[in-house]
Amino acid sequence: MELVIALAIGVLTASGVWLILRPRTYQLVIGLALLSYAVNLFIFSMGRLRVNAPPILADGKHVDLSAYVDPVPQALVLTAIVISFATTALFLVILIVSRGLTGTDHVDGREPDR
Amino acid sequence: MIPVHLVIAPILIPLATGAFMLFFEDREHRLKTILSLASVIGLVIVATLLVIRVNSGEGPAALVYLLGNWPVPVAIDLVGERLSTLMLLVTALLALPALLFATDRWQGAGPHFYSLFQFLLVGINGAFLTGDLFNLFVFFEVMLAASYGLLLHGGGLPRVRSGMHYVGVNLVASLVFLVGIAMVYAASGSLNMAEIALRAESMQGFDRPVLNVGIAMLGLAFLVKAGMWPLGNWLVPAYSAAAGPVAAIFVMLSKVGIYALLRLALLVPSDGIAFGARVMFIGGAITMVIAIIGVLAAQSMKRAGAYFILMSSGTLLATFGLSRPETTAGGLFYLVSSTLALGAFFFIVDVLDRERDGASDVIAVTAEAYGDREDVAEEEVGSLMPGGVAILAVGFGLLAMVLIGLPPLPGFLAKFAILTSAFGPITEANDPAIVRPAILAGLLVLSGFAGLLTLSRMGIRTFWQPVEPLSPRITIRETAPILFLLALLVILVIRAGPAMDLFRATAEDLHHQTRYLDAVFAAEPAPSARDGGR
Repeated sequence: MELVIALAIGVLTASGVWLILRPRTYQLVIGLALLSYAVNLFIFSMGRLRVNAPPILADGKHVDLSAYVDPVPQALVLTAIVISFATTALFLVILIVSRGLTGTDHVDGREPDR
Repeated sequence: MIPVHLVIAPILIPLATGAFMLFFEDREHRLKTILSLASVIGLVIVATLLVIRVNSGEGPAALVYLLGNWPVPVAIDLVGERLSTLMLLVTALLALPALLFATDRWQGAGPHFYSLFQFLLVGINGAFLTGDLFNLFVFFEVMLAASYGLLLHGGGLPRVRSGMHYVGVNLVASLVFLVGIAMVYAASGSLNMAEIALRAESMQGFDRPVLNVGIAMLGLAFLVKAGMWPLGNWLVPAYSAAAGPVAAIFVMLSKVGIYALLRLALLVPSDGIAFGARVMFIGGAITMVIAIIGVLAAQSMKRAGAYFILMSSGTLLATFGLSRPETTAGGLFYLVSSTLALGAFFFIVDVLDRERDGASDVIAVTAEAYGDREDVAEEEVGSLMPGGVAILAVGFGLLAMVLIGLPPLPGFLAKFAILTSAFGPITEANDPAIVRPAILAGLLVLSGFAGLLTLSRMGIRTFWQPVEPLSPRITIRETAPILFLLALLVILVIRAGPAMDLFRATAEDLHHQTRYLDAVFAAEPAPSARDGGR
């Protein structure tokens, strides 16, 4: 499972980096989205990968902590998803404004000279 | 005695004010002005109280506020110690004039200026106060989200174009920030900065390299904010496109990155010096070189101002990269004086830019090359300088002296403090430890010279030999912020002794990270009503 997750993070990051280096704004947005998926998976996996283990204790009694998975990275991922979602939405607005003002979807706001 | 909850007030006051103002339309201009000013004046008072309390010498070195009243390593804590309270005070002292300046004209240029401004303050203050890595990320995002809105305030193509680069770069930086946090958590099992520092001391095996990489990733994200070369190429177009008061408060934004870097680098030192000190020094030195070239080449005052921000970032990074308490103290003096001076500089430039079109700036730069004006100067003899221009001209001259580092203003004192302490402990000229202070000294002198050339040329062409007649209509609400910041700078000179003592004590605290750790781990949850019976 570690290998699958590692490959997934790697592929997502590589595609994301390639896309944010492209000149079109739409590619940039998709690239940022892919990168944030990769980062979220990465945070998740930093809490060690466990299958079939709940993160929340059943009741406050004495429990064997080794039967549970670390809840902190899951909470972090949740926050990170919300924040990157919101900022990407804001970025989309700027892209649309820029498209309207300049008439091009190039990130510099003008087509390169040929 | 100051109530414990005062520590969280710098976050709550602007948050409540900003949220409350969303209920009203922008037409309620007077109400929003009063509310915002009240909030910022409240912040100045709270920050002053905190600084006095932390430096009073009694009690622990830091005020620790445990959110939710959980015990220490579990709770997300706010830590008000010497550096963070000092930064809070500088932020509030810069925010007050920036807001007053904006009430006159800029607030109407776009929606929700006042709320965005307050939310920006929430993010900045929170980033200074928090003692938790993930909270730092959240406050960074609050700060950035508000800054995206403020940068675009006023609209127009240059703002949208540079705003797109600004937002894009900062989104990527935020992702790097998250990767760093995840790696630090994987290595140390904690997000509390004090606990991370404690565990780093006894870390063995593979954990230490993972922690180092994690902190390096965090440093990368902070350096993007601070604008270190080559991560700072977005800074100059973005800051020079922003509206005047926004650019002034953005000066503080780049200092947040430097603050976070300094805090983390000194909490997890390697081999007794700050983490990544060499990278900070080399990067800072190169940034200074870039800024010197940029200042010399700048064709508009606003662009020159943005390069001065870069210069101040570079100087601070190089100074902190030496990782000596005395030099850090000088660096803090420089941080305070350059932040206040650059804020006022952006106000003056904003008033001037309103009167002129961009072309006259370019003419001012190139005029010498074509040797004009020798014949027309005669007929202007005897014309009086209007009052508004006189204020701007005197202000410009004084600020130029601070930015260049001429005595007696604080720019000189700060550079003097940095240089004396950098060379202090070295006795022999062929000591290998002299190389870095020598490079820093050379760059400091060069940066002052570059500033002198550019600012005197701009000043002469703007005030003495204007390309077009200059008669700016400047109102009292625009004059007052400039005079306020100038007065603060003068006070900083008159009270240089006590101020330097404060900076020295702050630097000592920073370089002895055990004081921070002791204060955090000594914090007890407040006895609550629920526990009271037991």
